[in-house]
Amino acid sequence: MNYIPHTAEDISRMLSVIGVKEIDDLFKDIPASLRPKSFDLPAAKSEFEVTRSLRLLSGKNASGLVNFVGAGFYDHFIPAAVDSLSGRAEFYTAYTPYQPECSQGWLQAIYEYQSIICELTGMDVSNASLYDGGTALFEAMMIALRQTGRKKVILDSGVSLIYRTMLYTYTSNLSIEFVEIPVAHGQSCRKELLKYLDDKTAAVVFQNPNFFGAVDDYSDMVEEVHRRGALAVASVYPVSLGMLKTPGEMGFDIATGEGQSLGIPLSFGGPYLGFMAVRNDLLRQMPGRIVGATVDSEGRRGFVLTLQTREQHIRRHKATSNICSNEALCALRAAIFISLLGRGGFRELAERNYQKAEFAKDVLSRIEGVEVKRSSPTFNEFTVCLPCRADEAVNRMVEKGFACGFPLGRFYKGMDNYLLIAVTEKRTKEEIRRLADSLEAVI
Amino acid sequence: MKLIFEEDKEGRQGFSYGASDVPAAKPLPEKYRRKEQASLPSLSELDVVRHFTNLSRLNFSVDTNFYPLGSCTMKYNPKFTERVAAFEGFSQMHPLLPQLSGGGMLAQGSLEVLYGLEKLLSEITGMSAFTLQPMAGAHGELTGAMLIAAYHKKRGDRRKYVIVPDSSHGTNPSSAAIAGYEIKVIPTGPDGYMDLEEYRKNLNTDVAAVMLTCPDTLGIFNPRIKEIADMAHAAGALMYYDGANLNALLGKARPGDIGFDLMHINLHKTFGTPHGGGGPGAGPVGVSSALEPFLPISRVIRRADGTFALDYNYPESIGYIAPFYGNFGVLLKAYAYILALGKEGLIRTAEIAVLNANYCLARLKKYYELPFDKACMHECVFSASKQSENGVHALDIAKYLIDRGFHPPTIYFPMIVKEALMIEPTETESKETLDAFIDIMIEIAALAKDDPSAVTRAPLNTPVKRLDETRAARQPDLRWKRP
Repeated sequence: MNYIPHTAEDISRMLSVIGVKEIDDLFKDIPASLRPKSFDLPAAKSEFEVTRSLRLLSGKNASGLVNFVGAGFYDHFIPAAVDSLSGRAEFYTAYTPYQPECSQGWLQAIYEYQSIICELTGMDVSNASLYDGGTALFEAMMIALRQTGRKKVILDSGVSLIYRTMLYTYTSNLSIEFVEIPVAHGQSCRKELLKYLDDKTAAVVFQNPNFFGAVDDYSDMVEEVHRRGALAVASVYPVSLGMLKTPGEMGFDIATGEGQSLGIPLSFGGPYLGFMAVRNDLLRQMPGRIVGATVDSEGRRGFVLTLQTREQHIRRHKATSNICSNEALCALRAAIFISLLGRGGFRELAERNYQKAEFAKDVLSRIEGVEVKRSSPTFNEFTVCLPCRADEAVNRMVEKGFACGFPLGRFYKGMDNYLLIAVTEKRTKEEIRRLADSLEAVI
Repeated sequence: MKLIFEEDKEGRQGFSYGASDVPAAKPLPEKYRRKEQASLPSLSELDVVRHFTNLSRLNFSVDTNFYPLGSCTMKYNPKFTERVAAFEGFSQMHPLLPQLSGGGMLAQGSLEVLYGLEKLLSEITGMSAFTLQPMAGAHGELTGAMLIAAYHKKRGDRRKYVIVPDSSHGTNPSSAAIAGYEIKVIPTGPDGYMDLEEYRKNLNTDVAAVMLTCPDTLGIFNPRIKEIADMAHAAGALMYYDGANLNALLGKARPGDIGFDLMHINLHKTFGTPHGGGGPGAGPVGVSSALEPFLPISRVIRRADGTFALDYNYPESIGYIAPFYGNFGVLLKAYAYILALGKEGLIRTAEIAVLNANYCLARLKKYYELPFDKACMHECVFSASKQSENGVHALDIAKYLIDRGFHPPTIYFPMIVKEALMIEPTETESKETLDAFIDIMIEIAALAKDDPSAVTRAPLNTPVKRLDETRAARQPDLRWKRP
């Protein structure tokens, strides 16, 4: 199967216009010595054959487990309209809207997305998206390094290990000094932070809720960070912002996060959506595309890509970031998702997640030997301590049809018995009860 | 059109989660709650559907218009790959499942897709191994620059510079700079090729790598590319292949055979996955065997019993560059696309892409200046310099094309060509479509002589006319605010 429309006659007429005999003449600049040594690929297949074989492969995934795994990536319900609207080819087969007159739909949608991100986070301005929550955090850190001219970054260890590890990879040639602040009783250890926070610190990074699910109010810490002239960076879970204090309200300079929870399928790790919003005075340090409103020659409102002098296609090696392709279609999904839910629906979503997780805590705490950690409030994810190794319990729970949580021993030393459980609005009361019954049976 | 916020009505709600089946819990303490509610738009579902449907109609797209945007390879994106990516067995997979102990067995389908795609890409490009993790082309370049650094570091060699030609994509120097390198730029000679004398002068043992696009951004294949690679290798530098233009070479030449040590592929260009209005893309990075130990983890392996697993045991790996395994949904679509086209389809793709570009070149060269007059590969670059003498610039030509229903070519890039018009038709466009586009381009060339204002006042038929970009930058209005 290919998608080439040319007839034999088309080809011969085109060749004669070009003035060559055969197609191979067009490749004469490639010397014979550079022709492929091998090109051993399978023969073409029909659409039906490929669809069938990939359908079979999809059946080899255990996607039907009742899912209580979160750890930063959540199984939320996606209304059908998100798929059908983002699936309009006028959106998904367009390119970056460089030509505004024939891209007003995309540009306005991104402007609306930016507005929504600002409303959710309580920040001043947003960009048009980054790859994912981890690369967004890296870009935030780079803003802080440029803005302060300093080289030290303090990471709260409640920040996802996945993201911390990504930061270390990206900075391995940049001589950045990292300090990790331990978490005590599930929350950021303030005393430890104050010990390391100094005039050399460029940024302090927190996550809310943190990796263990704990909710915090970082306002006091942000104040300390600012007293030292450093920037405060937050990584946040956007669904929780239907309820939780915003990065803006806590005084953060930069808010980032993973937008997957806003109408984007889990899809085995991507494509996802990195979002970033900053205070006004950091606008010109932001990476990536930004859409702005302006007027046309007749005074009508219209939208364009703007402040492009920050970007690689203009500034080349002096750009604020190397990003070119972003996650526009995922940003569109987020904008549609939020618009469908509206103010009421979005609050309802956050409250429902909170309620279901609280219910699950209650039910699980009644199991003998299971200790639900309650030292700090949580949103929709929490930590329990089991009387056995959590990874073994997880294994046995798979046989009962559950992905029952994430075993923290995988990421944290000394936490082999700890399990991180996420409960979204999709989990029913009955599923939660069955989770508890099955867990009781396997531990 | 109104903003969605301007269509909001207090009291209207388009969506509800229904009654809760769990008892009300003790509320979260006030201290942790947001004080001010987000001003999100509240509309009915129909309002939202109509809003975004009507927005979509203001866009040009591959499915509605010819889109010869140079360097972007805007080919047709087959519909069936969308259906495959939406299979629940794929779309509902939590990425952490295979990281649970023994969990690889829970994700055999997805892991097989990743493994299979890596093998196909390796054969297509002549590379030893691939990582599929980079989430876009530029992300692949950054990964590549980190691999380059790891390679030299291992050899106890601290090199400072990365060489790029002045015709390169902006992402090349930018990615190398973010990985900590300084940039040396080599000018293009009068023949359209990188100036070999300048290249030789700048090449020394301080150079970590040379980043090249091939065919280059002028759409030209440099017949001396092997010599360039040999010179880099003699100086101990690595050769990086920017895969943006790979469409031209499928089955005709492989970066690995030419002497490139590492490369990225833009799956959303060459392998038919949609661009999505700017993304998501995917930028897998392929390497020669010398660089394989440094690839990001995790890696997908096939065990002796035929099952697939994630392997983390690569002590020299640069580490984690993505949260998981890359943009899986995009990777899956590219896999389906490659399987459908097969060997012959891929070779045909390169042949017809090059045929289409040369046809545009042949028919238009009488009317537009060709800065480097030689056969092109998958795209051709003209200059509107003749037209600009009458006040008709590349930008004006672009706007006139929009009025006539064609997406414009890439304009003002590569930067080394004045008034550049970079046309990449791709293989999926028919002769009839190309002729229609070329006829309008010829019409524009005639108007530029006889009636320039007919071009410079375009566009007339668009939802908005030319927009005030200076105002957008000077008085940034980047979000809606509650009145």
